[in-house]
Parts: sequence; C-alpha cells; structure tokens
Amino acid sequence: MSLLELKHIYKIYGELHALDDVSMKVEKGEWVSIMGPSGSGKSTMMNIIGCMDKPSKGEVLLDGVDISKESSKNLTTVRRDKIGLIFQQFHLVNYLTAVENVMLAQYYHSIPDEKEAMEALERVGLADRARHLPSQLSGGEQQRVCVARALINYPEIILADEPTGNLDEANEEIVVDLFHKLHDEGTTLIVVTHDPEVAEVAQKTIVLRNGRVVKEVVNQNFTGKIHFSEEGTHVTKTDLKSEEEIKAEESK
Amino acid sequence: MFFRMIKGTLLRQWKKMLMIAFTIALGASLAAAMLSVMFDVGDKVNQELKTYGANITVVPKSASVLNELYEVEDGEGTGAYLREDELGKIKTIFWAFNIVDYAPFLKVSGELDDGSVITVVGSWFNHHMELPTGEQLDAGIASLRSWWEIQSGEWLDEQSNEDAEIAMIGSALAKKLNLSAGDSIHVKGSTGEKNFRIIGVFDAGGEEDDQIFAPLNTVQALEDLDGCIDSIEVSALTTPDNELAERAAKDPSSLTVAQYEIWYCTAYASSICYQIQEVITDSVASPVRQVADSEGAIMEKTQLLMILITILSLIGAALGICNLVTASVMERSSEIGLMKAIGAQNGAISGLVLTEIFITAIFGGIIGFFAGFGFAQIIGHTVFGSAIALRPVVIPIVAILVILVTLAGSIPAIRMLLRLRPAEVLHGGH
Repeated sequence: MSLLELKHIYKIYGELHALDDVSMKVEKGEWVSIMGPSGSGKSTMMNIIGCMDKPSKGEVLLDGVDISKESSKNLTTVRRDKIGLIFQQFHLVNYLTAVENVMLAQYYHSIPDEKEAMEALERVGLADRARHLPSQLSGGEQQRVCVARALINYPEIILADEPTGNLDEANEEIVVDLFHKLHDEGTTLIVVTHDPEVAEVAQKTIVLRNGRVVKEVVNQNFTGKIHFSEEGTHVTKTDLKSEEEIKAEESK
Repeated sequence: MFFRMIKGTLLRQWKKMLMIAFTIALGASLAAAMLSVMFDVGDKVNQELKTYGANITVVPKSASVLNELYEVEDGEGTGAYLREDELGKIKTIFWAFNIVDYAPFLKVSGELDDGSVITVVGSWFNHHMELPTGEQLDAGIASLRSWWEIQSGEWLDEQSNEDAEIAMIGSALAKKLNLSAGDSIHVKGSTGEKNFRIIGVFDAGGEEDDQIFAPLNTVQALEDLDGCIDSIEVSALTTPDNELAERAAKDPSSLTVAQYEIWYCTAYASSICYQIQEVITDSVASPVRQVADSEGAIMEKTQLLMILITILSLIGAALGICNLVTASVMERSSEIGLMKAIGAQNGAISGLVLTEIFITAIFGGIIGFFAGFGFAQIIGHTVFGSAIALRPVVIPIVAILVILVTLAGSIPAIRMLLRLRPAEVLHGGH
C-alpha cells in the first residue's frame, strides 16, 4: 500500500480546471518532486496533499484512508499528525526565536519540549542560532528553522513548497543536502518546485502542465545531490501522456 | 508557549494594542462616569428637591376624612390632633435614615389688640431631639422652609431662646401692621396671651406671609393644647413610585407577601407613609403628589439620559474595537494561517486572539474605570456641588460591560479568523 495515493483528482474553480484528472502514488521513504511552470497546478496539488484544501472530485488516500471528504477540523488534525510543511516564504513567527518557532509546532501537536526542539535545530545545524529571532537569521538559516519545525513532530511526509525559491545557490545546496539526509533517515519527501535542478535530485519527478500530469520521471542515478549547470541526469521516462496527446485532447 | 506568544504579540503590536486599550478606556470611562452619577443622582436630585420642602404630610385620621369630604385643610378646627410626644418615633421607622427633616405644625387663631384675627402657627425651628436610638437630631422649618427669604432680622433660634416669647412674622402681615424685627406683637388666644418679640420678617411667597410663626410650646399655651399638633410635614428621600407602589398606596393588603416585603423594604413615598402611620397614633400620612411626582419624573429622565449616553459610548467603543481588532487580525493573517497549517484548531487561535484582546481590555477597563470615576466627580461638583460616591455595584457592571463590548467588537475579527484558509495566505490558492 502506498503512503499517499491520489486517484483521479479534479480541482475546479468555475470554468478553470486547476487539477484535471491527476493520479499519482508516493511510497513510504520516497523522495518525489512535483514540477511544472507557473499556473500548472503545483500549489493546488500541494494544498490537497497538505490537507489545506479538498479536491472537487477524486480520492486522496493517506495511509490507505480517504481524506478527501474530511471536515476542515479533521484535516487540521491529519495535517498536524502526519505532514510537515516547508514554505518558500519560510513563514516563521517573527517575535519568536528560532527554537520557539520549532516549539510552536510541538505546542499545537502535543507538548512543547525545548530539549527536543534544540535537537531538531542541531539536526539542521542551527543549534548556535537557537535564540535568534528570524530577523537576525539569513534566508538559508530561516529555511533550516522551517525544516526543523517541519521535522519536530516526526511526520510521515515532509511537504516542501518551493523550498529553495528564495535562496542563493550556497543555501540551496545546504537545504537540498538536508533533504538528502532526511531521505537517508527514511523520511518521505514531496518537494514542489519549478526549478529543474532541485526537481531532478529527487527519486521521482512528476511534471504538471495545465493541471495534468504530463510526465513521471524516475531518476535511475539518484544520488540526492544537487548538480548545478549539468545537462540533465540519467533518467528514464515513463510518460503517462505526452504533451502532444494532451494538446490533442484539449483541442477536442 | 501560550504566554510567550501573548507577550510577543502584545509587545510587537503595542501601538495597536494601546489604541484598543484607549478605545476601551474611553467607553469604560463614560460608562463608569454615567453609572456612578446615575446611581448617585437619585439621592442628589432628592436632596436638591428636599430644599423645596416636605414631600409627606401627616394629619389626624379624622381630619383626613374631613379633608377628603369637605376639603378642609390640615384638619384645622376639627378638634382632632396628633401627639407631640410621638414625633421622635418617626426616626425609628425602617426607613429612618431616609427621613431628612420634619416639623410639627399647630395652627391657632389669635386676636390682636385692634381686634383683628390672625393665624398663629406653632412649629419647630431648629428643635433639638435626642432619639430613643441614641441619635441626636435638629429638625424644624429652618431647614424645611429654607427658601424663605428673611427680609429683616434673622431665623428664630429655638435652642438658645427656650420658652421665650419670640416669633417670626410674614412679610405681608408685617407690612400691614407696620412691624419689623425687634418689635413686639401682642396676641390673645382663647386660654392665654403672649407678647411675641419679632426675631425676623420672612417672605415665603404664599399664605405664610400673612401668618406668625412661633415656637410650638408658646402657641400650644395660647389655646391650652399642650402636647397637641395638627399636622406634621416630613421631608424624606424616596424612590420614584412604580406600579407596585401605586397599588400598595391604594391598599397594601392587596399585595402578596413577597410583593409586600419588596414594597415595605423599598423607600417608596407610600411605604414610608405607611411606616409613619404605624408609629403615629390615629394618623394618615400621604405624599405631597406634586413634589413626589416631579422627583420621579426628573430622576427617570436623568437616568434615561445617562443610560443613553452609556449605551452610545459603548456602541462607539465596540465599533472602534471592531476596526482595530479586524485590522490586527488582517495584519497577522500569514501568522494565523501558519498556525492553522501546523495544526492549530480554530478554537486555539480564537482563544489566543481573545486572550490578547482581553488582557488589553482589562488594562483599558481599569484605566477607564478610574478616569470615569474622576469624570463623575467633575459632574458631581459641577452639577450638584458635591462629590459622587463610589458605588461598589458600578465595578461589576462596568466589568461586565467591558467584557460584552470587547466580545461584541471582536466578533467580526473572530469570524474572519475562522474563515481564513491557510492555503490562501501562505501561498496562492491555485
């Protein structure tokens, strides 16, 4: 049984099909990238996987349980217990220190434990910056606090939305290395990105366009390491539908 | 963690919180001022009106019947009298502390040397009493008729001129007889005669201007009516009549036991009258309607005005809070969205925001209460010339009003907070 399975998901806003018959599977411990240009439906997909939105049609099976019809209250509970979120804009509470920001996730999950929060910061290499406010941290450091916050409650899935979107190359590498470490520890990672270099380091890349999955690419030479300015890695395409097929369907 | 977040928000948004506290302080101060004045205004208005005379008259029962049948005033000439020795009992009734002043009256006819007949009224001027309760009291017309204008001489001082044949004369009679302060007037009654030395000439603006007022015992001696009086005027602090008081005034026996207790233990003019009748033998006490009614009307209107000002100020405060709290929640939408995203339920976030607002409200409410009490003193000194007492009941009422106004003002912000979807504030909807 897959950890996460999307079955024929639609998200429709009036005339607009933000997601149009999307199906995918994520296995436990897998590192998956969701890639696509702006407006391809990446964020909508992330919202649905992250239990922040519900599909118009279709099933979302998390640990075999369909959560697509759950109430907002239950979705909050699922999100709290099973999903760790990382955002492009970091979204740290600016009046709380780094360690307090990590403890915030513990507070809404169970009981805040400063020792455990410090350990999480240590894992992301920020133990010495624990008492700093977000405004006193660099972008990369803020994102690492965000990773520590996502990890603190031992979620089944880490869901990252453009985690390197606001980072320079050096910090981008640090964050991707961190993901590699988490993956090695058995964490399931879903990274939503429009950056091919970040997407291609994953085990599997799902490419979205106009709300549809146009490609599912398995990286056979998966190392989890980012390689800047290299022309692609060795991949095997397992196309679900080619772009031509989609265009042909749309024209019908 | 909860309090770290509260502290963080309060410190980070101190300007906004200060504005909220200021808005609440304004509303609370007006409410505290108006309520303090409202609760005290009854006594203040009553005291003001008491300077315009008595509001209860007591006459013998038979005189009251004749009065109703033939409109004979005060039972004069009916041969029915009240007992002077029972006057002290008026200060022993349940509402004794509400009895501000009272004076007995005995009207007799006296003959002057020229054969003309005048009315001589015996009364207390500043009579000193030692009550059975141990209390001491100075009562009489010196304070009950404080509006009399002394045209010459001075008020008769009964205490330093005991048993002296002294009197005060009405301005019209003084003019007619060409008398002034220091002159004497010889008055002959049916059983005695007195040579009154005139202490003062007064202008009352009524029938008293044709009368002579003298100490009660000297007038009783003119007609051999020792210990007799024919009416008592009482000035009492009363509560405006309501339907219960009106029913009770007609027939107290028509009330249920519970209603009777409420009526008896409320300072209605009718219940004070009833209690006076209980202690003065064969008497009928009745409110002077005009005074009692005007007291009620003035008080009701004043209190209505106070309530309206309080309500309007609280509505204003609620609107102000509503704007400020909504702005604060909008400003923090990404923070609130994040909390929801990492697992905070709506209740937890609402609790956090409400706690922040209520801490601010407590701060604003306390400042507002004391400022309001200060405003009340300004109103008291400006309007009534005296301080407004701090009624303990105002504190819980203001506290409840602050809570209600804060809650009401927070409702739109809380509704917005509940509707806020993390997906929309943390990144685009689609």
